Amino acid sequence: MRRRHLAAGALALATLVSVPLAVRAQQPVELQFWHGLNQPLGGMLEQLATDFNATQSTYKVVPSFRGSYAETVVAAIAAFRSSTAPHIVQMFEVGTGTMMSAGRAVKPLHEILAETGVAIDPRDFIGPVAGYYAAADGRMMAMPFNSSTAIAYYNKDMFQRAGLDPNAFPATWQGVEDAARKLKAAGIACPMTTSWPSWIMVEQLLAIHDVPLASRSNGFEGLNTELNLANPVLTRHLTNLVNWQKDGLFRYGGRDTAAEALFPTGECAISFMSSGSRARVTREARFNWGVAMLPYYQGAEGAPRNSIIGGAALWTMNRGPNAQRSPQELRGVAEFFRYISSPAVMAKWHQDTGYVPVTRSAYEVTKAAGYYQQNAGADVPIEQMLRGGDPTANSRGIRLGGFIEIRNIIQEEMERAFQGGATPEAALANANTRGNQVLRNFERTNRNN
Amino acid sequence: MDGSLATPAPVRDDALLRATRRRRLASRLLAHAALLLGVAIVAFPIWMTLVGSTHDAGTIGRGDVPLLPGSHAAENYATAWNEGGGRTRTTPASVMLWNSLLMAVLIAVGKITISILSAYAVVFFRFPGRMIAFWAIFITLMLPVEVRIIPTFQVIVDLNLGNSWTGLVVPLIASATATLLFRQFFLTIPDEFVEAAKMDGAGPLRFLRDVVLPLSLTNIAALFVILFIYGWNQYLWPLLIINDRSMETIVVGLSKMIGRGDSQNDWNTIMATAVLALLPPVLVVALMQRWFVRGLTETEK
Amino acid sequence: MQKKVFFRGRLLPLVLLAPQLAVTVVFFFWPAGQAILQSTMREDAFGFSREFVGLENFREVLEDPAWVNAALNSFVFSALVAGLALGLALFLAVQADKSLRGATVYRSLLIWPYAVAPAVAAVLWLFLFQPQVGLIGRGLNAIGIAWDYRLNGGQAMTLIVIAAAWKQLAYNFIFFLAGLQSIPASVLEAAAIDGARPTRRFWTVIFPLLSPTTFFLLVVNLTYAFFETFGIIHALTGGGPAKATETLIYKVYVDGVENLNLGQSSAQSVILMIIVIALTAIQFRAVEKKVHY
Repeated sequence: MRRRHLAAGALALATLVSVPLAVRAQQPVELQFWHGLNQPLGGMLEQLATDFNATQSTYKVVPSFRGSYAETVVAAIAAFRSSTAPHIVQMFEVGTGTMMSAGRAVKPLHEILAETGVAIDPRDFIGPVAGYYAAADGRMMAMPFNSSTAIAYYNKDMFQRAGLDPNAFPATWQGVEDAARKLKAAGIACPMTTSWPSWIMVEQLLAIHDVPLASRSNGFEGLNTELNLANPVLTRHLTNLVNWQKDGLFRYGGRDTAAEALFPTGECAISFMSSGSRARVTREARFNWGVAMLPYYQGAEGAPRNSIIGGAALWTMNRGPNAQRSPQELRGVAEFFRYISSPAVMAKWHQDTGYVPVTRSAYEVTKAAGYYQQNAGADVPIEQMLRGGDPTANSRGIRLGGFIEIRNIIQEEMERAFQGGATPEAALANANTRGNQVLRNFERTNRNN
Repeated sequence: MDGSLATPAPVRDDALLRATRRRRLASRLLAHAALLLGVAIVAFPIWMTLVGSTHDAGTIGRGDVPLLPGSHAAENYATAWNEGGGRTRTTPASVMLWNSLLMAVLIAVGKITISILSAYAVVFFRFPGRMIAFWAIFITLMLPVEVRIIPTFQVIVDLNLGNSWTGLVVPLIASATATLLFRQFFLTIPDEFVEAAKMDGAGPLRFLRDVVLPLSLTNIAALFVILFIYGWNQYLWPLLIINDRSMETIVVGLSKMIGRGDSQNDWNTIMATAVLALLPPVLVVALMQRWFVRGLTETEK
Repeated sequence: MQKKVFFRGRLLPLVLLAPQLAVTVVFFFWPAGQAILQSTMREDAFGFSREFVGLENFREVLEDPAWVNAALNSFVFSALVAGLALGLALFLAVQADKSLRGATVYRSLLIWPYAVAPAVAAVLWLFLFQPQVGLIGRGLNAIGIAWDYRLNGGQAMTLIVIAAAWKQLAYNFIFFLAGLQSIPASVLEAAAIDGARPTRRFWTVIFPLLSPTTFFLLVVNLTYAFFETFGIIHALTGGGPAKATETLIYKVYVDGVENLNLGQSSAQSVILMIIVIALTAIQFRAVEKKVHY
């Protein structure tokens, strides 16, 4: 590694000495881009960078895979502390609160656009996406990119076998429960499962039911926010999940994406997963399948409304605590952002991956091309996100410091409930208390930033 | 030892002798049975790993893992070697093996080198601060790297040594164990050797090169085996400070291929990678068994 | 013990010591000091603001049920690993010691798991115990035991204990066998003449003679289970389900790296350092007693 640096240095020196100025000026400005996407998505993302590099010769975006989203966050923070942060880092949505409070570690998107004069219309981003990454005053902090939302995937062959209508997925949880019972009666060992237990069964559920996850508008209005996990809707839902698990209707498949495999292998009939899993299901599933919006509880007031986003956004970082980016570097970053958000590129990314089109124009392009007619259900995620008009304070998103840890706490307490180690009420109360401690700690250490 | 154990117990009468013999035979058969069972238990996971590495992903994914090898070995190993496996199909096993080898050798050589030098200084010289230096080194024995891992990581960050071979290797080469071992050994080198060297007009460095090092060769070999395995098997440290995929070591890379107890994995390539990951250190132990046992029993006592 | 004859010179020995000392100071004393300093601070992840909080981090850690739970897990895990690995190794070593000719062959066949990294051992056992894919995992489910270590804390603990003990078996076996073989034959004969039954003979004569080895191995096994099994837990359970397999070291990692809570993670490191130093002191005293005895 060091040898490589030395060699690069020597090379640079040799270039300086021997090459005339005009040629040197053509050396592209390198922009480091750290991402956390596994294959096959990682390859598609790196292709975007390659394509951008081919469109011009002034800048060169160098993508590099840094492990899972959580690992990428840790790596980027460590790099910032030693003044070697990448220009662009892909940060998952739970890290948003941390990055918003990161002060001068982050170069806000609106500042970059203002300083470089590169135009990206913030109004083109769809509501729940723009809201998630906007500061309190509404100005965009990060560049939305691979946003997803959670939807239901179901195995149509299994639905048929159980005597259910393969073209109608139940809209309510009551309907889902009935379907699961029929599936079980038809001999299907795993009627339903979920990936991302906290994101889908807690965060999405509350947004759809217009119930706050935390006070102060889910944390958007300040760090002095408190969790609201022990609410009736969530208690009812967790109690149901635990009972369904006892009855063999629901299978807990592990944290984060651990349960994802249960669907494409044909083991579980219903699975709630990220819309970004569409590429994988398309590739691996050997049966007929469909997608549908997340269910809601019949009769719950305010439901159903829009779901919130997941996935990640692109944050621009300063190099270190005392090292800003040069105007030229910022210009390169802005150009790259403009490229990936251009309607054709974003539409293709959306169609290839299953992530939602983060801009209205990309949505329109995709619609106009007849994509949704040819790919039934591909518009379910965006339709679900646009459901119910403008997002409310409870469905705009979640802005909590230390949310990575809080999400783990929620998942742990859910596991405790599934194990029978705690009642659903006790598990939620416990998660609330533990999560609030994290919030207080974060509030205290980030007061001054 | 052979002769002494074979000496029969004094005979009191024939019947007792026969009974004792019968009992011994039965006890030995039992011993062999128990040991064979032990060997089977120890070997079973490895056998299944070998088997797993020779089937296609579908067979394993469906849960139909047979007990005998299949016919997909070549392609599985080729995939693992050239492309890597699992969902993070980014670092090929060939690259990770090379990284692990480099790390293990650098750690082993580094530990041995600096330990010999410091043990030599402590044993063959008198100078102020000698005991302080010795204790400073000795105290590192007490705290495993794991205990002070986060602050050590912070130091690496402060020194900007993340993602570098220096950062990966150097913090692990301070070794109280090896220094102590060499110190014990050097103390057994007779004073006459030093006197003779002095009479010949040989300086300390020549004495080190011509007398001490040749005498220490067996110790060095034994220690090398142990330290090579130690280095190869490092996990937490590389996990923390390496996030550049081109520097991934195979032990960390392997565990990243499995998404925490997740069943969507390409088990065939993962098993092939597992075999590749455990083969080098196991071979070292198998081929250098005498040195290994010696190194083990001596470093730990 | 000291040499009577030595070389003169002051600079050279210091130069020879320099590399080792430098590494020790930079990567041991500095981080240890850093840990102590940081354990009294509260700091945000990016290092912008620091606040001195005295011993508050320690108080919070010690009052945290999650930390107490991790301490308990470490204790249970270490005891189980040491018990299983020592018991099985002693049994096998005694059997191997009976047949002198086979002993070295069995040793060769039993020692190589020592070379397998803990994290790799974890992957091997995962492949057997995975509920959907693994041979044993499926087998257990087939005979009606609901095996799913991702949800059942006890099962998760069982799995990491098996993987950790499996790897340590080889090491213990080597030392027990060496210990057994160094017991003088005359002692065994004398015991045989007394006419004691083999089992009784083992516990009254052989086992006491092995006690220095056993004590040494106990310390090594506990250290191993405490500190070196991070890879097993990280690869297999990630501390879950519901923190059922989170040990003290794992918690240091989770709080320091994943949760970016440097102050509390450092406080935990300092507590661990104190525990280790105390244990080492106890160990030295015990060893000294043994030596005198």
